[in-house]
Amino acid sequence: MKVIVIGNGMVGYKFCEKLRSMADTGIELIVYGEEPRPAYDRVHLTSYLDGKTADDLLLADLQWYKDNNIILHTGDPVIRIDRHRKTVHTLDGKAETYDYLVMATGSAAFVPPVPGIDKKGVFVYRTIEDLDAIRAYAANAKSGIVIGGGLLGLEAAKALLDLQVPESFVVEFSSRLMPRQIDEQGSAILQNKLNALGINILTNRNSSEVLGENEVTGLAFTDGTSVNADIIIVSAGIKPRDELALQAGLTLGPRGGIIVNNQMQTSDPEIFAIGECALHNQMIYGLVAPGYDMAAVAAATILGEEKAFTGFDMSTKLKLIGVDVASFGDPFPLPHTCHSIVFEDRFTGVYKRLNITPDGTRLLGGILIGDAADYNMLLQTTKNSMPLPANPSELLTGAKKEGDANSAAVTGLPDDAIICSCESVSKGRICGAVTAGLETFDDVKKATKAGSCCGGCAPMVKDLITATMKAEGRYIRNVICEHFSYSRQEMLDLIKVKALRSFDEVIDTYGHGDGCEVCKPVVASILASLWNELILDKGNDTAQDSNDRYLANIQKGGTYSVVPRIPGGEITPEKLIVIGQVAVKYNLYTKITGGQRIDLFGAHLSDLPFIWEELIEAGFESGHAYGKALRTVKSCVGSTWCRFGLHDSVSFAIQIEERYRGLRAPHKIKSAVSGCIRECAEAQSKDFGIIATEKGWNLYVCGNGGSKPQHAKLLASDIDSETCIKYIDRFLMFYIKTADPLTRTATWLNKLDGGMDYLHNVVVNDSLGIAAELEAAMQLLVDHYKCEWKEVVESPELRKRFSHFINAPEERDPTVKFEKMRDQKRAAEWK
Amino acid sequence: MSVIETSITWFYACNTTDVPTNGGVCVKLAEEQIALYYFARRNEWFATQNMCPHRQQMALSRGMTGTVKDEPKVACPFHKKTFSLLDGRCISDDAESSITVYPVKVIDDRVYIGIAKEFMEV
Repeated sequence: MKVIVIGNGMVGYKFCEKLRSMADTGIELIVYGEEPRPAYDRVHLTSYLDGKTADDLLLADLQWYKDNNIILHTGDPVIRIDRHRKTVHTLDGKAETYDYLVMATGSAAFVPPVPGIDKKGVFVYRTIEDLDAIRAYAANAKSGIVIGGGLLGLEAAKALLDLQVPESFVVEFSSRLMPRQIDEQGSAILQNKLNALGINILTNRNSSEVLGENEVTGLAFTDGTSVNADIIIVSAGIKPRDELALQAGLTLGPRGGIIVNNQMQTSDPEIFAIGECALHNQMIYGLVAPGYDMAAVAAATILGEEKAFTGFDMSTKLKLIGVDVASFGDPFPLPHTCHSIVFEDRFTGVYKRLNITPDGTRLLGGILIGDAADYNMLLQTTKNSMPLPANPSELLTGAKKEGDANSAAVTGLPDDAIICSCESVSKGRICGAVTAGLETFDDVKKATKAGSCCGGCAPMVKDLITATMKAEGRYIRNVICEHFSYSRQEMLDLIKVKALRSFDEVIDTYGHGDGCEVCKPVVASILASLWNELILDKGNDTAQDSNDRYLANIQKGGTYSVVPRIPGGEITPEKLIVIGQVAVKYNLYTKITGGQRIDLFGAHLSDLPFIWEELIEAGFESGHAYGKALRTVKSCVGSTWCRFGLHDSVSFAIQIEERYRGLRAPHKIKSAVSGCIRECAEAQSKDFGIIATEKGWNLYVCGNGGSKPQHAKLLASDIDSETCIKYIDRFLMFYIKTADPLTRTATWLNKLDGGMDYLHNVVVNDSLGIAAELEAAMQLLVDHYKCEWKEVVESPELRKRFSHFINAPEERDPTVKFEKMRDQKRAAEWK
Repeated sequence: MSVIETSITWFYACNTTDVPTNGGVCVKLAEEQIALYYFARRNEWFATQNMCPHRQQMALSRGMTGTVKDEPKVACPFHKKTFSLLDGRCISDDAESSITVYPVKVIDDRVYIGIAKEFMEV
């Protein structure tokens, strides 16, 4: 059997995937696509302007098509279908016969017939090529307009923001944004949020003319007003790509779209249409999830299985320019058929509307703006006609209670409730996978595909895994991996009691098997946190994460970066010169880091010992930038120079950094000392931070920068230097003792029962009676500190490990490539 | 009639003591880079291509070795994709390409890597 697919968009791709997963033999599968590249993720198209590459967006690379025996012709659209001879003809002149033909031709942007719409500077928003053209043209634009305030239009407005067009407008014909999904009140909240981001919203506007000679200068409206703009993006809806079907004589709808039955067959039963080109029950579905459903139905029908597409729930949840917007079930039923419960908070920009049956027992649908955390649960409650609480307004606040309340609601769902609507995965299948032995989200995702598309259902899937395991009496232990049935905290205590010193000893005593990339670094880190011995000794070198194993940070291309310690950020001119000389000699790219140090990039593995030999000779030591260890103690210049400084923050920062240098922990640790309340060292964003006061120091703990910024919390105020160090000793050792692997102090505190009060009691009031023990443990580490790079440089045996080829130690990796950039080098871009 | 025959040529790589216990090294064979691993705990040797197919980086020899359900594997240091040392398939990501594996033999503390060549007799 031979199947030809016309179109390699998201739905066309999904059809291939479904057909191959249902039956892998005997069917020839040939795909013709108009676009120059294989199918990509159009849903997240805007992320292309936000750092993603075209390759990142690919749904599958060319190898996937090869591996699945699919012949893919990109950039070669089918231009004619000969139904009589069951043959397709392509632009390149190819001709191919088929047994079944699947049209997944998608849609094109609908461009309203406004005079001047063909002027230079008017774009549509659909393909990567469109975005490339918009990006090039927008570079000089001062003001941009998006025609269309629907879902896609707001995505396009985000694109204008990402491209840093200084002023932008969204023009909508109806009286509100996203008229299909949300109501006037919700639109008002959304408009406020978008206004705050600098996007102007013009509703009730009908475009009358695109202004400008040859190039766009603005847009005029029928009410006589106009707006100036250099670029216009049209996003006023879609029109199905049905021209090929028309030519082939297939039946189309009165306003376009290829008419299909419940099996996705067109008027020719050997030709199928799926996705945005298909008209099912007088409906064009402009979302990806129903398109995926259609793909599965078409594949099943071709394979002779019985499956039907009977319409699709159009509920959606998305993040629009950082604002949660969700609409589910029936967002606006007629007033007499329902009661609506409305919650509105204009201050925080949250709007929620729930439509319930007049008797108050069932949920019909609703709208969520600004906070859509409850979306999944509310959608399932609607879809499964689940009974509501006696006071339905609890639904608006109920799911806020985390954990039990939420998972209880999840367990109440019927087995056939669809949890992942992208991949149509039911609750029953997810729970079944857990019953069959799976325990982690990743494993369940791999087995069922739930959560693999948009990821919106991930929290529910996780709740289901936990709830199922609990219900089956399986102990939910926080074990490290299959080789150790202990948590990190248990491991640390066990290793300490038996005074084990190597990974092999630990796994022989407490584990089984041979270890893996999860448990090895955990054990290696615990050993370092307990004994502070050279991490490359006792066979522990191969248990270290790659960066620790080579005492440097691996970078793109396989070279390493080198960061010497510069305590407190203070450095002499002589030492600065040495860094410069070393960088010149070994051809390294240099950059100042965020932690007041200098990073030297592009070092070949075999050069590392030589680089360090010179740095150590000049008095530098390892900066442990490669380890889950203390990184830097940043400082402001303090009272020695600053007219506001209360204490000498630099000296204290150096003292602190030299005390804790080389300290290995569950994750990296950063610190800072500020000389006054102006806080120039940003100590409150650090794992521990110190700020000078009139009477001494304030000590803050568990702050975090990075992806989830969190302010540090005050642990003790107006303490002297000695007390400050004592508290830091206790705090750090308590963290090292109890935290899960790869958990920063901020996350650790968030999970700690009793939170900051408890931590304060343990550290300051010694409520557990372990303060002396913690201080002694820290002192042992401080006393055992040695610069590990110095040890390597002085050991011929260890130096041997730093070569790329074992049988040609003097040769460097010939595949390493650099490019020139701003008078320095950079790593060549990888695939 | 045609017969396809595979013959393996054995290349000397290095001595057993050159390879860290439970770790890997990179061996240069002609212009090829091959990663050689020594599982000291099981006294087993494995060899694969050195390039991780994910970002095409010459890195697997610097990866961490381990097992999953007793199957030996290596994790790429860049993004921790794991590959079976028995058949080269990517264990952590079904969509990722497989890597080539090579046979290894040890004679008198000398380690040899086998490269297969296909000969066709017509």
